[in-house]
Parts: sequence; C-alpha cells; structure tokens
Amino acid sequence: MIRVENLSKSFGKNEVLTNISTQISKGEVVAIIGPSGSGKSTFLRCLNVLENPSSGKILVENHDLTDSKTPIHKMRQQIGMVFQHFHLFPHMTVLENLTYAPMKAKGVKKQAAEQSARSLLHKVGLSEKESAYPSSLSGGQKQRVAIARALAMEPELMLFDEPTSALDPEMVKEVLDVMKDLAKSGMTMIVVTHEMGFAREVADRILFLDHGVLLEEGKPNDFFTNPKTERAKDFLDKIL
Amino acid sequence: MNLDFGQITPYIPFMLEGIWVTLKFVFVALIFGFILGTLLALCKIGSIKLLNWFAIVYTSIFRGTPLILQLMIFYFAIPQLTGYDISPFLSAILAFGLNSAAYISEIIRAGIQAVDKGQTEAAMALGIPYKQMMKDIILPQAFKNILPALMNEVITLTKESALVSTISVLDLMRRAQVVGSDIYRSFEPLLFVGFIYWLMVFVLSSIGKVIERRLKVSD
Ligand SMILES: Nc1ncnc2c1ncn2[C@@H]1O[C@H](COP(=O)(O)OP(=O)(O)OP(=O)(O)O)[C@@H](O)[C@H]1O
Ligand SMILES: [Mg+2]
Repeated sequence: MIRVENLSKSFGKNEVLTNISTQISKGEVVAIIGPSGSGKSTFLRCLNVLENPSSGKILVENHDLTDSKTPIHKMRQQIGMVFQHFHLFPHMTVLENLTYAPMKAKGVKKQAAEQSARSLLHKVGLSEKESAYPSSLSGGQKQRVAIARALAMEPELMLFDEPTSALDPEMVKEVLDVMKDLAKSGMTMIVVTHEMGFAREVADRILFLDHGVLLEEGKPNDFFTNPKTERAKDFLDKIL
Repeated sequence: MNLDFGQITPYIPFMLEGIWVTLKFVFVALIFGFILGTLLALCKIGSIKLLNWFAIVYTSIFRGTPLILQLMIFYFAIPQLTGYDISPFLSAILAFGLNSAAYISEIIRAGIQAVDKGQTEAAMALGIPYKQMMKDIILPQAFKNILPALMNEVITLTKESALVSTISVLDLMRRAQVVGSDIYRSFEPLLFVGFIYWLMVFVLSSIGKVIERRLKVSD
C-alpha cells in the first residue's frame, strides 16, 4: 500500500528524519510512538507531502509522491489526515465540512455527497449536528467531524497525528472508539499517538522513532513487554 | 463673532453637488485600489521572488512618500514628461488608487496570514487545488479579519480626498473654497462641508458595523 524508502528530512541544517524505510500493507494499523520532538509529526506529514522530503522515496501504489510529475492533489485525495487541532472549516456547517472536498475536488454531485456525509455522521454519532457550526461543538465532537470529513473522500489510507492530545480526558474515549471501529472495518491507518493503551490494543505494529531514526519496529506485545533498545526501554519506563 | 448662514443658502445646492463628486471619486479610487491591492497581496504571499520583491518595493514607495506629492506628480509631472494632458479627475484617481492599493495590499496580506495555517493544511490534505482553497477556504476567513481595517481605509480615503481640491477637482472641499471667495466669508461654507464630511464618515462607519455584525453570525 505505502512504501517509504530511505526518507530523510532536514529543516535547514537540522536533520529531523534520518534514512527511514518501512512498508505498510493494506488493512494494517500502525502506531508511531516516540519522545516529543523525535520527528513523528514530520514523518507523518511527509507521507502526504505536507512536508517535502529532503531525500528518499514515498511510494503509494507505485506512484512516487516525491516525483514532481505525480499529480499530488489526486494522490492526497486517497490519503485522509486527521490533525491534533481538528482544523475544521469554521465558516461552514458540519455537513458542508464533509461535502465540500468531495464536491469540489472529486466532482461528486451535491445530493450524493450529502447522502454519504449523513451516513458518515451517523457512524460517528453526530447526525443531529449536521447544521451546526464547528464553534458550537465540543473538542471530541470536532474531532469526530474531522474524521468523518477525511473519510468523506473515501481514502485508501488514514493518517492521524495525535488525534486525542488536544482533548479533555473525558472526550478521549469517544474519539478512540470511532478509530477502533474504523480499524475493525479494515481501514489502513497510521496513527501517531501517546495513548499506549490504544496502540497496544488496536495496532498491528509499532514504530518507535527517536531523534529522527526508526529505532524499533515490531508487534505491540513484543515491543511493550520486551523492547530491544535502551532508548525504547527508557521511553516506556517514563510513560507507563 | 457673527456667523451668518443665511448668506450661504443660495450656494447650498452647489455645495451639495460636491458630495457626488467626492463619493464618485472615492468609490472609483477604492475599487481600483482594492483590485490592485488584492493582486499585490497575492504577489506578497506567493512564492515567486520577483513578484514578492516588486510588491514590497511598490508598497514602500507609495507608503513612504506624501500623498499630495504623488498627486502633484500625476497632475503636473506626467503631462510634462509625456505630453499627455491628463484631467484633474483622472490624475486624482490614479494617485489615490495606486496609493490606497499599497495600504490595502498590506491589510489583505495581514488578513490572509492571520488565517490559521491549519486551514491551508487541512485543505491541502483533502486534495483541494490552490486556487479553490484560496477562494473557498482562505479568503472568506481572511475577509473577516480584513473588514475593520478596510473600513478604516475607506474612511481615511474619504477624508483625504479633500486633497484633490488642490488640483481644482470640484469636490466638496473645493466648492466650499469657491463659495468662500464668492461671498468673502470662509467660516460658514467650511463649517457646512465639514459637517457633510462628518456625516458621510458617520454613515460609512455605521454600514461597516452592520456588515461586521452580519459576518459574526457564523462564529
Ligand atoms: N516547519 C519546521 N521548521 C523547522 N523545524 C521544524 C519544523 N517542523 C518541525 N521542526 C523540528 O523538527 C523536529 C521534530 O518535530 P516533530 O513535530 O516532527 O516532532 P514530534 O515527534 O511530532 O513531537 P511532538 O510529540 O512534540 O509532537 C523538532 O525539533 C522540531 O523543532
Ligand atoms: Mg507531533
């Protein structure tokens, strides 16, 4: 589904990602964990080229995203992204937030777009909010709308960058539940998270990043009970 | 102190006609300034170095020199240079339009840059092309940030427009001077048009407030 080859990224002289290679297959759920500043967000943002990689390749179904000839808008339509701070469009209602991109970027007819938007809102439990503006929603509701907005494009792959970090504790569960359902439905997901419970329960694989290096990669059980590197041990000791 | 407004009564229609001259002038200069200002703002936030540079130099020149000097250059210097006999009204439009474009471009640039970067990223991540993102996502939000400052610019322009009286455009200000020299009294006609300027600014700022309140509804 997506293959990363020798990906490096520098901001000026500061090398943030060093030579990362990995592969994620269809239907897999991968959790990326690591200390703050280790490059997790940057890695995720390289995957849909919100950041331009300094070197290396990102192949999505054999299209190289780092190749300037690849139609990047079309590729991004297949990759949904959910941000820590939601970034809903504040001047549009919930329903418009969901229908805007399918209509404008994919040319879906209004009626069809609204129909699938409503069924997505139903899935995330927000049917009654379709005409509300984002400012009137709670954090958890906003994030569920943001997930639905990304899904409205019918992506092949979903990227999540700490989707619950900006939420009040009592709202974390409602968002994680939506993500669990999504994982069960077979969606390919890459999730940067500090929710170790979620990573352990839902992920098929853990990637541990440290100082921009992919230090460890493995099944959640192996990683959490028996980390191979000293850095991973330290990290887990601190947070568990 | 002996004020005698009776004497200006016959001249009132003549002076009131100046309202249209002033309003027409402000309106045309503003449209001109707004279009050019938007283009300049896009040059400033875009990634083409030459256009960045051009827009910055342009703004610096028009903000860094007196407006009355720019007006004089368009009215007196351009004909001398080109031989084209420019009308006072046209040279005033040019000077004011080009000048306010510089200010408006700064207002718009700041307004666009004040829109949360996350909005751009969310739109890009959804695969929305740049033009559509600007039109549907960024500019509508920027417009809300811009409106109060833009309203200020309209008001400034309305008041500063009195400068065109110096190149004998028959605006409100000029008409007051004409009447003043006709009846050998300056105070009454000046006070009269002063009141009219104040009234126009008052109406403009009221309209601005209404629009702002309308736009707030979706927040
Ligand atoms: N646009 C940028 N310009 C310059 N430096 C940046 C930029 N974005 C990130 N960095 C730097 O890259 C490094 C990695 O940042 P990144 O946000 O990827 O870390 P992270 O693992 O997501 O951290 P956190 O857990 O705090 O979100 C940091 O040192 C950060 O300062
Ligand atoms: Mg991060």
